[in-house]
Amino acid sequence: MANHSAGKTVSVAGRKHVFNVWRGDQAQGELVDYEIELSEGMVVLDAVHQIQAQIAPDLACRWNCKAGKCGSCSAEVNGRPRLMCMTRMDQVIDEGPTTIRPMKAFPLIKDLATDVSFNYRTAKKIPALDPKPKDDRGEWTMYQYEIDRVQEFRKCIECYLCQNTCHVLRDHQETNFAGPRFIMRAAQLEMHPMDQADRIETVKEELGIGYCNINKCCTDVCPEGINITDNAIIPLKERVADRYYDPVKGLWAKLTGNK
Amino acid sequence: MPTNYDVHEYDVLVIGAGGAGMRAAIESAQKGMHTALVCKSLLGKAHTVMAEGGMAAALGNVEKKDNWKVHFVDTMFGGKFLNQWRMAQLHAQESPDRARELESWGAVFDRTDDGQILQRNFGGHAYPRLAHVGDRTGLELIRTLQERVVASGRHPHTAEKEIKVHMECTIYRLLKTDGRVSGAVGYWRETGKPIVFRAKSVVLATGGLGKCYRVTSNSWEGTGDGHALAYMAGAELIDMEFIQFHPTGMVWPPSVRGILVTEGVRGEGGVLKNNKDERFMFGYIPELYKNQTADTPEEGEKYIKKVPGARRPPELLTRDVVARAIVREVKEGRGSPHGGAFLDIASRLPADQIKKKLPSMYHQFMALGNLDITQEPMEVGPTCHYAMGGVRVNPETQQSSVPGLFAAGEVAGGLHGSNRLGGNSLSDLVVFGRRAGLYAAEFAQKNGTLPPLDTNQLESCLQEMYAPFEKPKGENAFIVTSALQDTMEANVGIARQEEELKQALADIAGLKDRAAVLGVAGDSRFNPGWHQTISLDFLLVCSEAIAKSALERRESRGGHMRVDHLETLDEYGTFNHVVWRGEDGQMQLRREPLTAMPAELAALIEEKKNG
Repeated sequence: MANHSAGKTVSVAGRKHVFNVWRGDQAQGELVDYEIELSEGMVVLDAVHQIQAQIAPDLACRWNCKAGKCGSCSAEVNGRPRLMCMTRMDQVIDEGPTTIRPMKAFPLIKDLATDVSFNYRTAKKIPALDPKPKDDRGEWTMYQYEIDRVQEFRKCIECYLCQNTCHVLRDHQETNFAGPRFIMRAAQLEMHPMDQADRIETVKEELGIGYCNINKCCTDVCPEGINITDNAIIPLKERVADRYYDPVKGLWAKLTGNK
Repeated sequence: MPTNYDVHEYDVLVIGAGGAGMRAAIESAQKGMHTALVCKSLLGKAHTVMAEGGMAAALGNVEKKDNWKVHFVDTMFGGKFLNQWRMAQLHAQESPDRARELESWGAVFDRTDDGQILQRNFGGHAYPRLAHVGDRTGLELIRTLQERVVASGRHPHTAEKEIKVHMECTIYRLLKTDGRVSGAVGYWRETGKPIVFRAKSVVLATGGLGKCYRVTSNSWEGTGDGHALAYMAGAELIDMEFIQFHPTGMVWPPSVRGILVTEGVRGEGGVLKNNKDERFMFGYIPELYKNQTADTPEEGEKYIKKVPGARRPPELLTRDVVARAIVREVKEGRGSPHGGAFLDIASRLPADQIKKKLPSMYHQFMALGNLDITQEPMEVGPTCHYAMGGVRVNPETQQSSVPGLFAAGEVAGGLHGSNRLGGNSLSDLVVFGRRAGLYAAEFAQKNGTLPPLDTNQLESCLQEMYAPFEKPKGENAFIVTSALQDTMEANVGIARQEEELKQALADIAGLKDRAAVLGVAGDSRFNPGWHQTISLDFLLVCSEAIAKSALERRESRGGHMRVDHLETLDEYGTFNHVVWRGEDGQMQLRREPLTAMPAELAALIEEKKNG
């Protein structure tokens, strides 16, 4: 998994270390140096908190659980998209001063906080679960093997690091591309054994799955280690292709004049 | 101070968007109410995501003998009989339906071989009862409810309205008109601009107050906002002395001290050992649980392997018992190197099983401590986890003593008595979240028009809220918060005594004076220093309520241990402590007698007591 380092924890306690933290808003901003003393087992988010408490109380930063479960403290640490709460100082200390910048794909609010409302708007485009009627037992019988893949997608903590890394979202904001998180959300519903809705048209037209060219950057940065590209995006691309681009069906349509 | 503010009008205002708040908003919207859902963070980040082990519901899938009556009795035993019995009954009766409802909204629980919802063992539950998804059940719950909130208002042929979500918005005070709640005032965290909500009824679902303590499993949001908002608005708080110290928080490295290690580790067979390699829990089985607990490792092993008739291993005793045992082991020199106990799953399950059943624990220890839990034992110790106490509510409707003000989830008190069973929180959220939403909607419907705004009250709230900006050189709120956490940790922690509790109350009085003159540097845009001044007000109210109630309970029971009064006394088993704000602005306390239980429920408890 991307966030793991091999070997034993290196003690960072007592060492002075410099952080270059991006301060500012959409109008202006710069990297500001803060030097603090590290303590044992510290993570990058601890450093941000220490800077807030001791030097800059108005440094804006989102966080909640501090245990890699809520996906709030996403940032770019030394240029890599990461959860600050799961990035130990001993993993980055040898790289010199630690640079912390906000996620680049989203509009900046202030300092390390960005406007991620794009994601909440996009979530609304996906039709919710449409459950089949209950079975004779008065419940929905589902076997573990049927839901293993769905559960993999439901590990998503919505940190939006995949969205931040996706070059389509980063560089082509003129498209209607929903981004890996929401293609995966659609895949999760499409593969749900209880569901009876059809979202293939939505996936093609509204979520713009065609823009994804399978660079797998999203999978590389996922702190939950979800195989977004292989298990979610590619299978949905295949379903879209089957529906819209099947050559046999296409030829038949051409010959008969039927759609 | 900004003098212009947006006013938003709703039928029902729900404050807090964890499990209880979202479930309340869904119910209210389904009843056709214009409903607002307000949260301090982004939607889907609330502390519910941290719940790991599962949701207690007597579905009877794994053990056919299970039913609501057994769950009810277990809950009352866990709370040492101070629970509001009617809440415990409703909770046990309604949680299976709520679990199936979550499934219909898209929750994907782990399955039995037969394709039903799988249930796991947990402390204090007689049978495997917790519906779960590995060790990330809270995330499943929050995502399911979040997706249902997003889908609200899209159900043709129903009265359902779309829920309006206001994210990153902090509520500063509730507003009242003629004795009834009439809305709330707060600010947008992003811009710092004020916002005013007018509503016919308000549901508090703000969660817990763990940030009163230094070592806690709670996030920054657990600052007791709802407890304090209700108190300031004249509502009563109940059982505030009862704080759950979860026995297994991480203890090393220091920066992660307090982060939760799920009880599911023990539910899956994990055992606790001291530095002499002894399974010390066999020495700590309380009288009340003697006939339900295995007295040898062999019998405990049989229970984990689901051999009929075997009794639970003592690692699955209730959290209060396990936490105290660890404290004692450490005190007597048998602790782990960093002052905890060893929790061993590595020698109990094959590595692939551990990764499958406890994936986020594996990940958490690997990433934060560089420890492979499939190979080595974890080091664990108590961490402030949950407030049993909260807003005193009507058991059926969840309405507080202030008309139109409702509370559900951790911010409400009563269900758990003196100690909550693991797994009873996620079920609490959806059972009583639904009820609060239902009755808040009913209240709004019955009480027709929006109460008028009291502009004087509003203006003075706004003035106070922005006051710290007038003192840019004033004291930093983080420093005062830290001092509060120090005194709470030292004097109102897991082991309490008279003199220390009095010291805490004196410290809190001094800290209130410092909190009244805090200053803030910078402007009001996304300014954590300013946000902390507001959280600190809430933390001070909660801390005082905890210390005051703890001082007056001169016995040990559940989450409240007095080292100067170690015994559990019958005399104290007949009432709850209630605190409220008196006319003079000082905190008042009284003993509120428990209401009598119907004979058939009392008989269930007697039956269990007699084995």
